Amino acid sequence: MIRGLVRWIDERAGSAPLVRRSLRYLFPDHWSFLLGEVALYCFVVLVATGIYLTFFFEPSTAQTVYHGSYLPLRGARMSEAYRSALDISFRIKAGLLIRQTHHWAADVFLVAIVLHLLRVFFTGAYRKPRDLTWILGVTMLALALLEGYLGYSLVDDLLSGMGLAIGYGVALSVPLFGANIASLIWHGPFPGSSDFWSRMYITHVLLLPVLIGTLLAAHLALVASRHHTQFRGPRRTERTLVGVPAFPGQAVRSLGLAFSVTAVLFLLGGLVQINPIWLWGPYHLASGTNGAQPDWYLGWLIGGLRLMPAWDLVVGKYTLVPNPFWGGVLLPLLVFAFLYLWPWLERRATGEYGWFNLLERPRDRPWRTAIGCAIVSGVLVVFVAGSADRVDVLFGVSYAAQIWVYRVLFFVLPLAVLLATKRICDELAAGERVERDRRGAEAEARRSAVAVSARGDGD
Amino acid sequence: MRRPTPRADDLALLFLGLAALCAAGFVVAFALAVPHRTQLLGVALGLAFAFLAAACVVFDRRLLDTSEREELYPEPHVEEQEAVAEIVEEAGSGITRRRLLTMGGGVAAGSLGLALLAPALSLGRLFDTTPLLETPWRRGRRLVDGAGRPLRAADIERDAFYTAFPEGADRETLAAPVVVVRLDPASVRLPPERRGWAPQGILAYSKICTHAGCAIALYRKPTDPAIEPAPAFVCPCHYSTFDPATGGTVIFGPAGRPLPQLPLTIDRSGVLCAAGTFSGPVGPSWWGVRIWKARSR
Repeated sequence: MIRGLVRWIDERAGSAPLVRRSLRYLFPDHWSFLLGEVALYCFVVLVATGIYLTFFFEPSTAQTVYHGSYLPLRGARMSEAYRSALDISFRIKAGLLIRQTHHWAADVFLVAIVLHLLRVFFTGAYRKPRDLTWILGVTMLALALLEGYLGYSLVDDLLSGMGLAIGYGVALSVPLFGANIASLIWHGPFPGSSDFWSRMYITHVLLLPVLIGTLLAAHLALVASRHHTQFRGPRRTERTLVGVPAFPGQAVRSLGLAFSVTAVLFLLGGLVQINPIWLWGPYHLASGTNGAQPDWYLGWLIGGLRLMPAWDLVVGKYTLVPNPFWGGVLLPLLVFAFLYLWPWLERRATGEYGWFNLLERPRDRPWRTAIGCAIVSGVLVVFVAGSADRVDVLFGVSYAAQIWVYRVLFFVLPLAVLLATKRICDELAAGERVERDRRGAEAEARRSAVAVSARGDGD
Repeated sequence: MRRPTPRADDLALLFLGLAALCAAGFVVAFALAVPHRTQLLGVALGLAFAFLAAACVVFDRRLLDTSEREELYPEPHVEEQEAVAEIVEEAGSGITRRRLLTMGGGVAAGSLGLALLAPALSLGRLFDTTPLLETPWRRGRRLVDGAGRPLRAADIERDAFYTAFPEGADRETLAAPVVVVRLDPASVRLPPERRGWAPQGILAYSKICTHAGCAIALYRKPTDPAIEPAPAFVCPCHYSTFDPATGGTVIFGPAGRPLPQLPLTIDRSGVLCAAGTFSGPVGPSWWGVRIWKARSR
């Protein structure tokens, strides 16, 4: 039967040589290589659950009065968008499961992308010939952040409304033409016309997913064409690759991972509540709530907005840089500029323009590791600063005092981390050198001892 | 290559069976259960996938050949690269004015690109920023509460915080909602040009934070006189803090402009009315926010 099927396909598609090569494609084995796959399977779950949600969600700001089964909101004035999101949660069978799984999948998707990115960065996997793969990956991270933001903004509960207001404020803050861009996107001043909801919806359910999916395909195609990187090891060199064939070895592992990711996401979606939109109520422009927090992956942006002192850069009467620009635009711009430019910067600095198939351990590249850790620590300070209000409420530590501490830490910590990491890497490498020398000397000593005793025997 | 054992066969079969059972359980729970059996549905579906994953692990560890192999990394195709470059170069070898034609092609592509982008302008008003300055407030417009009842000066208490809207206007615009508080008239220190804006010590400010546009939903009462001596408006998004006594000046946080103040009067029946429009444009800052004044619609 298998022969028949293979023949049937090959005679029509001519695919046998390609399939044969694909089945024998080798995957080097290391747990950290699976992080990207976790992101891939989250994306699959996101698309599947997202399609289900579109069957019931109504992306409209038309006003209605709620008459559904959730009693505390009966009689409340709200948009059709929020009403349909409530119906998905309370009326549609398995609706809440799918909605929560979708939300969890988005959060795990971004965790996996970020961890994957850190792995690739700290092992130097982005170096030529894989720098283009890296650029596509960084682009997908940026798109995924935007996609996630649009996703929870669509629901039109109080939190999403507050998030959109901030997004509008950040768009307005772009120097020179921010007000014009915002008026274009929202079709007028916030909250904008009803067109805005159609735009947000089609961007979330079609434009960005298709874009991410296309980049994902290109990313994977590039990986396959240059083959995986691997750590140095017996028989593993810059020229020779050692790994498990795609079929059956890697296929069954990858499938197992796909099922595991899906299992975890559905268990989270079923058992762990996320974004209980009914608690916040509908968004109205004049309402807000204390302790509003975005999804985790935007924590660094809210932290950036909160940390910034009250500076608008004003020239005469012209406001050149309104405040939200610093934390909401400049910070992510700098971080992404660093990510995009790093492979090129490193090549310039080290003069290493060759091909690299072997991964490096973080300690082998003290400066790369130190710079990477410093930037991660800076972003982490801003991220943690985003939760200062919760710390105030939970532990009674003054919010203003925390903000001042974080403002200082933002400059001090990366510097300290830079120097400390460099030192640690150097020490580790030095320790290894000593160990290697010692072993070499011992082996040498043993050999000469054997030689001496051999000579002794001969006498 | 590991030798498959009968025990491993059984184990894989067991996991596949359990996965099938859980999947069937999901269908039954779906068919029978009320919609809020989210936990049951999630566990059934999650476990179905988890058992499939477990079966995959058995396959990987016990049943399939997962030994490693070796191959060479791909190398750059130097000859092919040269051949491609030659083909492309040859194609244009008959053309003499190559640079001129390239420029012509660039101009055509560029203008066509602009033409295709032009319809995007109807997304919104790209060049008209006046709507950002407009407010529904004008002299004599009464303040009403969330239910549409006029706000009477006598009902405004100290240490409380009221949200008011312009009577008969759309509430879902940035310039509509205001916050109203009553302070001790002796503590009010407005700039001289705002004399008479706070009758009886009652003040009204735009409810929209000048930082990023959230509603200022918090009113800090002087709970700790040593640290926080005066009442203040606090935005819950990024904690910009404004002083109502001094004309909405920023005393903490990232906001770059004071809160726009709405001048108040009290009409003959004791209802609060606007005495004009805001002291400045409402909402987050943009390039023109300090150039123009707020305009009554």
